[in-house]
Amino acid sequence: MLILARKENQSIMINEDIEIVIVGIKGDHVKIGIKAPNEVKIYRKEIYEEIQKENIAASQIDPNKLSDLGKLIKKNKK
Amino acid sequence: MKLKTKPFGEIEVSEKQRIIFKEGLFGFDDIHSFFLLDSNQEEVPFYWLQCEKISEIAFLIINPNVLLDYELAISDEDLKDLEIENEDDMLVFTIVTMYDNPKQITANLLGPIVINRKKRIGKQIISQKDDYSVKHPLFQQEEVS
Repeated sequence: MLILARKENQSIMINEDIEIVIVGIKGDHVKIGIKAPNEVKIYRKEIYEEIQKENIAASQIDPNKLSDLGKLIKKNKK
Repeated sequence: MKLKTKPFGEIEVSEKQRIIFKEGLFGFDDIHSFFLLDSNQEEVPFYWLQCEKISEIAFLIINPNVLLDYELAISDEDLKDLEIENEDDMLVFTIVTMYDNPKQITANLLGPIVINRKKRIGKQIISQKDDYSVKHPLFQQEEVS
């Protein structure tokens, strides 16, 4: 991994069209600004991982439980 | 054609039920072909997203608006990937996770499944509204009976 030291308001360029700016530093929080073309997808890593984990948990489903669920939802429906 | 499914065993399905996920689902990147199956649940319109090649992989999905007010926040890029020209062609589902106690059931509102029903392509997107949870409880905590 490439590691660069940056100060506030300094930035990093990735290719010609992606700029990562250190907008502010406060205690243990770093505010990062990203300028990138629309087609570049930017997400916080934990969101990615959360969805991945949830998909794996959801895939363990036991289809036999579905009938209990139907009854429950019927009861709870407005 | 015949398809081996997790919820129903081997059943007859139509090619028209096949949805292609070019990017797979998160954590299932290599799985591109799913069949959309009705769950045959009278009470709630659940569907199954059944993997074509691996019968053990199936996801229970539901239109989140059946159960709550869900605001789909989809990026222009995702709309482009899904080749959506008309909003009426768009189906929105959320994957459901079940636990031993069915009351604990949750829905993944942060990573909804969007399907272009005309072109039969699908994508799991990341909601642009990121205060949605991956484990949204479908039932309010009820009073102890």
